[in-house]
Amino acid sequence: MSERIGVYVCHCGTNIAGRVDIDEVVEFAKGLDAVTLVREYKFMCSDPGQSLIQKDIEDGLINRVVVASCSPLMHEKTFRNVCTRGGLNEYLFTMANIREQCSWVHVDVERTTDKAKGLIEAAVRRTRLQEPLTKREVPINPRTLVIGGGIAGIQAALDLAEAGKKVVLVEKEPSIGGHMAKFDKTFPTLDCSACILTPKMVSVGQHENIELMSWSEVEDIGGYVGNFNVTVRKKTRYVDADLCNGCGACWEKCPGTRVPRKGNVHEKLSIGPTTSIYIPFMQAVPAIPVIDADTCIRFKNGKCGICAEVCERNAINYDMEDELIEFEVGSIIIATGFQTFDPTPIKRYGYGKLDNVLTAIEFEIMNCASGSTGGNIRMADGSEPKSIGIVHCVGSRDKHYHEYCSRVCCMYALKYSHLIKEKIDAEVYEFYIDLRCFGKGYEEFYDRLLGEDVRFVRGKVAEITEVPIEEAEKGKLVVEVEDTLVGKVRRIPLDMVVLCTGLEAHESLADIAGLCSVSIGKDGFIIEKHPKLGPVATTTDGVFIAGACQSPKDIPDTVAQASAASSAVLSMITREKIEIESATASVDEDKCSGCKICNSLCPYLAIKYDEEKGVSVVNEALCKGCGTCAAGCPSNAISAKHFEDRQIFAEIEGILSA
Amino acid sequence: MTFEPKIVGFLCNWCSYTGADLAGTARIKYAPNIRSIRVMCSGRIEPTFIMKALYEGADGVLIAGCHPGDCHYQEGNYKALRRHRLLKRILHEYGVEPERVRLEWVAASEGERFAKIVDEFTDQIRELGPLGIKDSLAEAMKDDIDPHEADKEESGVANEA
Amino acid sequence: MKYTYYPGCSVKSTANLYQESIDAVVPAMGVELEELDDWNCCGATAYMSVNEMMSFAISARNLAMAEKFHRDVVTPCSACYLVLNKTNRYFNDYPEVRKKLGVALEAGGLSYSGNIRVRHILDVIINDVGLEKITGLASRKLEDLNVAPYYGCQIVRPMYYGFGAGEENEEGFDDPDDPVCMDRLIEATGATCVKYSMKTKCCGSSLIGTEEKQALKLCRGILADAENNGAHCIVTICPLCQMNLDVYQPKVNSLFGTKFDIPVIYFTQLIGLAMGKQPKELGLERLAVKMTRPMKQILQGA
Repeated sequence: MSERIGVYVCHCGTNIAGRVDIDEVVEFAKGLDAVTLVREYKFMCSDPGQSLIQKDIEDGLINRVVVASCSPLMHEKTFRNVCTRGGLNEYLFTMANIREQCSWVHVDVERTTDKAKGLIEAAVRRTRLQEPLTKREVPINPRTLVIGGGIAGIQAALDLAEAGKKVVLVEKEPSIGGHMAKFDKTFPTLDCSACILTPKMVSVGQHENIELMSWSEVEDIGGYVGNFNVTVRKKTRYVDADLCNGCGACWEKCPGTRVPRKGNVHEKLSIGPTTSIYIPFMQAVPAIPVIDADTCIRFKNGKCGICAEVCERNAINYDMEDELIEFEVGSIIIATGFQTFDPTPIKRYGYGKLDNVLTAIEFEIMNCASGSTGGNIRMADGSEPKSIGIVHCVGSRDKHYHEYCSRVCCMYALKYSHLIKEKIDAEVYEFYIDLRCFGKGYEEFYDRLLGEDVRFVRGKVAEITEVPIEEAEKGKLVVEVEDTLVGKVRRIPLDMVVLCTGLEAHESLADIAGLCSVSIGKDGFIIEKHPKLGPVATTTDGVFIAGACQSPKDIPDTVAQASAASSAVLSMITREKIEIESATASVDEDKCSGCKICNSLCPYLAIKYDEEKGVSVVNEALCKGCGTCAAGCPSNAISAKHFEDRQIFAEIEGILSA
Repeated sequence: MTFEPKIVGFLCNWCSYTGADLAGTARIKYAPNIRSIRVMCSGRIEPTFIMKALYEGADGVLIAGCHPGDCHYQEGNYKALRRHRLLKRILHEYGVEPERVRLEWVAASEGERFAKIVDEFTDQIRELGPLGIKDSLAEAMKDDIDPHEADKEESGVANEA
Repeated sequence: MKYTYYPGCSVKSTANLYQESIDAVVPAMGVELEELDDWNCCGATAYMSVNEMMSFAISARNLAMAEKFHRDVVTPCSACYLVLNKTNRYFNDYPEVRKKLGVALEAGGLSYSGNIRVRHILDVIINDVGLEKITGLASRKLEDLNVAPYYGCQIVRPMYYGFGAGEENEEGFDDPDDPVCMDRLIEATGATCVKYSMKTKCCGSSLIGTEEKQALKLCRGILADAENNGAHCIVTICPLCQMNLDVYQPKVNSLFGTKFDIPVIYFTQLIGLAMGKQPKELGLERLAVKMTRPMKQILQGA
């Protein structure tokens, strides 16, 4: 059967037609070998556009398709489906990208048109040589791995578990809860963080469909969508989780200390027991303590053993070791969250040098009722501050650190103002660049604060210093700031300053992303599949994201994305099967000399040497179609399907001919 | 009239092709001299692809892959790097200035960088002038240029061996 | 270690005591400074703000003349350091500046390729000579002397090529917000370094002729912070800072009713003292604010 190629040129409104002379391109395409039909249309991706192609295939006019339009990353799937619907193998189709890499990036109409011709001829020549490939399907393991047990991971795990699906939740800290467990109140409704989070944590701990691995880290991930092999390192707690009932006798009696006992109020800031054997906070799930080996007296000099003595259930075991656990899942949700920016490098703000300059998270702990100050706002010396400054955008919206806006700081800063007014009625200054109160009820909250006698100063703080110039500044922290609404530099003496440190990607995120083969953007966060239309998926099938691992987010947005991620997983699991890459490598056994070079080239160990036949064989279930083996084979015995040498050569010839 | 070089780009699907698309989405303008071919991984790119492109009239070839450590297939870009180094060593034997073949890492987020590289590379090739050694290249490459063609001719011999 | 020396106008006049102390200490460190013949104004002060290109041209003449020696240029003045480096940076980074300066230099029969590195003498002493050598040379006991290092505002600006590094170094001389190299140097001489906050704050010297009160206010902040932290003296690296903090100290006192009595000396004078040299050899007797009694006692080992 001879090749009859149909070429479809898309105007994309004026996106393509504005820079590319469509008539000229159509005339050109008509003259190409094997092209029997050329059509143009305003929007090929629209219903009528798709029907055009489908009808031509059904009418038997064409048996191969080239669409010259946008990027294949945008619509390859759309047009492949059109082919399938028309009864044509989808691998007999090629897209020529004359938009993203042509009309949108060049100016000169003549040269842009020439380039479009070249790209179309390349596609036509390649399409002639393409071969039909059969679709492959693999079953999906219905179990899901959720990495990270903050509010994002908790929500995603619960949604899946409630739908009757099994979930493994891995958390690297001793308890789930994440940052939210450290907060006292949440903006803008001021509901108690623990009150809304704790019930969810308890459900996770008790749910029959959730296997909770706290104090554990993901060590390795292999396999592919539907069939991932996961290795998790269960760090040793030195406490047998099966025996411990969380009575608390051990941490009540422990003489060791994780948090310094000496020092000022701020140095001792903490929540939960400060002993060496501890749970991170009282509502911890699971309520099983961990021994901090760095500060435990037993591990330092072997001279203690009190926790083992007081434990009635003999749960303490000093000889416990890390455990590696392997299991299989079908999909993965990354929910590793964020960490806050460390303001030490901004020396002008004096963090770490000046007492009473605190980060937001420290101030949060100070406000937490179960924290070391009992929720009271205190200066380093223990006294109550009379005036507090809140500095916005520390590490955010700053080219030296993070260019992006951290999205939550404005609102938590307003929350602090309210808490300060409510608790101690001190003078409060908010130093802001812009107030971004965009969410539901946020602007109203700001409006409320304006009526609570909070001073708002618009300007980026230049410096926080303890050096006085005027008498009133003695013994105070002086905030030097340009008040851009007044047009003056002001020096404002204050007792305490809170730095609204921005959110950044968690330090472990890069490793996790590497294990899952997903990309990290230049801001350090995971790149989603599509910024608008694929916000919970990633470029790796079967790997989804939720919460602040994608970008800074507040709690409502995080919960929404977590539920979205779990429903994306559910829709995949419900299908039970998933299509996987058809364009794999294959070995021509007649040509293979059995040199085994390809065996070591394959990153997925998909090529094995068959001793009996004396040739290498590709395991197509493992092959992902990267083609590096084909490039490395010295006897040209391996071909990468859909990217065969002759197809690429044809593309090169075509691309250079016009 | 100024010389407008022909440049063939080989871009990996996951980082560099996506990065080039991003340049488009952001409407960043760059020289139209480059025409790109998408491959799944920079590790798929064989030295013969590059020789073939030069033989067919390209004045320069740009290879772009994910940054080291970011390869979608774990390490294909390292293989691309090794092959590129080897190729550069032998290019001058064919009378081709090694600068005509360039390897760059372009991430999916680096649309602006992609545009900048293309502009820079285009200027560089424009300065080098046309390659214009198609004949000598053809002679030197006659056995390698299309392995499949070669296979057809030599199949009889191969069987004997 | 031989360098091309660009003294700048200050050390040849108002700050000649700086020059005397440099002459007194560098030979022992193995540093040889060969003065650039026929050098001219670096282009600082009013030039830079009124006609930048003129300033670059004046500055570039010095660089062009220095180039033939293929040695680093060393200057003791922070203003010269800043302007010469700025010229270098603009010459190398902006082709249009390079072109214009090329024309200007050609008119004077000169040319410049942009390859001269300009360094502050503090950089040379810390990084080329090394702190160990300084400690080795120190014979006088200074541990009771509390010294406040004053870096001034110009040397720490991050946009110019830093010391000990090539063109890639965007960081500049030291951490611009919190430089510590002179702290280390003070410790190497055996003296005690005073920690205080105002070490990089502007002394106001460029305002002293036009906005005297503002300038004196800036001086007051620095002097007060040093005094509050127990400094016997302030050590500086720039002739302009030294003059402002020293000569105008009585005026600060009369304007604000303060009683500052803090000698402001050059870091080379401190090194000289540590090496056991007499105050007179180092020009110390010509300070406006004379050495205080406690300071003299410490120097005499009493």
